[in-house]
Amino acid sequence: MSDTAAAPLDVARIKADFPLLGSRLERGHPIVYLDTAASSQKPRSVLDAMLGYYEHHHANVHRGAYQLAEEATDALEQARRKVARFVGAASPVEIVFTRNATEAVNLVAHSWGRANLAAGDVVVLSLLEHHANIVPWHQLAAERGIELRWIPLTNDGELDLTDLDRLVDGARLVSVTAASNVLGTLPPVRSIADAAHAAGAKVLVDACQYVPHTACDVTELGADWIAFSAHKMCGPTGVGALWGREEILDAMPPFLGGGSMIVNVTTEGFTPAALPAKFEAGTPAIAEAVGFGAAIDYLEAIGMDRVTAHERRLTTYALDRFADRFGDDLVVHGPKDPTRRCGIASVVYKQVHAHDLSQVLDERGVCVRAGHHCAKPLMRHLGVPATARASWYVYNDESDIDAMIEAVGAADGLFDW
Amino acid sequence: MSGLEDLYREIVLDHYKSPRNRGELESPPATRVEGLNPLCGDEIVIYLDLDGDTVRDIRIGGQGCSISQSSASMMSAAVKGRSLAEVDDLLRAFKAMLNVGDESPDEIPAVKLGELEALRGVMKFPSRIKCATLSWNTLDQAITEATAAR
Repeated sequence: MSDTAAAPLDVARIKADFPLLGSRLERGHPIVYLDTAASSQKPRSVLDAMLGYYEHHHANVHRGAYQLAEEATDALEQARRKVARFVGAASPVEIVFTRNATEAVNLVAHSWGRANLAAGDVVVLSLLEHHANIVPWHQLAAERGIELRWIPLTNDGELDLTDLDRLVDGARLVSVTAASNVLGTLPPVRSIADAAHAAGAKVLVDACQYVPHTACDVTELGADWIAFSAHKMCGPTGVGALWGREEILDAMPPFLGGGSMIVNVTTEGFTPAALPAKFEAGTPAIAEAVGFGAAIDYLEAIGMDRVTAHERRLTTYALDRFADRFGDDLVVHGPKDPTRRCGIASVVYKQVHAHDLSQVLDERGVCVRAGHHCAKPLMRHLGVPATARASWYVYNDESDIDAMIEAVGAADGLFDW
Repeated sequence: MSGLEDLYREIVLDHYKSPRNRGELESPPATRVEGLNPLCGDEIVIYLDLDGDTVRDIRIGGQGCSISQSSASMMSAAVKGRSLAEVDDLLRAFKAMLNVGDESPDEIPAVKLGELEALRGVMKFPSRIKCATLSWNTLDQAITEATAAR
């Protein structure tokens, strides 16, 4: 991918695709949405696809022998094929629909983890991880006595891989983020995966902040599983995906039990279905999966290389403008080099608490996230209780960054002393 | 008309900038209880020293946003030297003011909230109500622990 080759986005036209961004006023101000890292807004095409599914094609999937049920099944499976192609899966059966990325990580912990990890087995995480990639392993540690090891960070918020070989030595699993939801750090997943595999460990990648923003090829990434959510990439809430290598998913026991995930049930027991049904008990979020597919169509029409290049330009612009306007009064945590981070900036302004800063920003319609961002071990490492996090996407441009900067300045009247 | 002025009243910011009763008490004999707002990470540590049924002394530690910290400071000033019955009345009246009490209007104690009234504007900012009530809930727990221990 080359930044220079990618044609700039027509953000005004893209913004017009998102009904909420054009219509909503916040205390008289047009909304400035800078919280995509928590959840993205949805384009009209995604909303239309979901409504159209319900209006014209809805029935339950994989069971009715009638036209409508076949259409619903086709819609779900077409969405699965889109998701598979989008991340470079070898086959659609490698895509398991989940509720979200959190459930995808939990699926691996419950199914693979319980089948393969015993007391003393080592799981390696990094200090960048979201609670979704920490708590399931703490749960296994409490239940099984597995040992957690942590990849430390450099002062710049990058992974300190100096001792990687020692950390992964004897490990059964390495589970790391591909893009930090707090710092925007982009860890070198491929080299971590190579080291992990050389040590005999499996590799799970939290790709929640990666897949929405970067052309993704699971083979290049070197992962065994990746987890991601639709709602951070223009799709609806309620659906996410686990990609796993087919032979690994095949060898894993089922996760939830129920309808759809069996080929036979008797009074003595059950026989699980083949992939991916084995991991999809119960009626899935069909309309949401259809919306997921439409979101992928939307992003592909823009082109993922252009998405990445656009966000990087905005990151460079934001870091430059923050420094120009506020100097040392505004601390941006994480890598200083804009090419080493994704479109996320966690900031601390003077001594203003993040909650108060986001409240002041909200007064001007600027939506940012305040708090610990579900990454308390990382916040402890940074030595701050909370940050205000801005994150941008295809529908943001320089004017949104400028609006945020103006709004930050408004905190001065209230909180400088 | 700025909503922010309702939230950040002068007296609220004064308690944030110059918190009252900030510090620690030796525990034991004082009761030490930590309160945490898991949504945002605000932390309040309360050191409570009871003399019979009277709050002899109280100290506040922790960190967090202006609302959580100023509410803790105002609370400490309001309850110091009061009887537990008076503190309970304040707690119930304060929560009722923010619409998070579970009492019918005629059950709400008719006490003067004094400076605590300055936090009334928080009601317009639902995400901040938990910031304002954190210290009171933590105090409630501290009183329960202190009185259960004797």
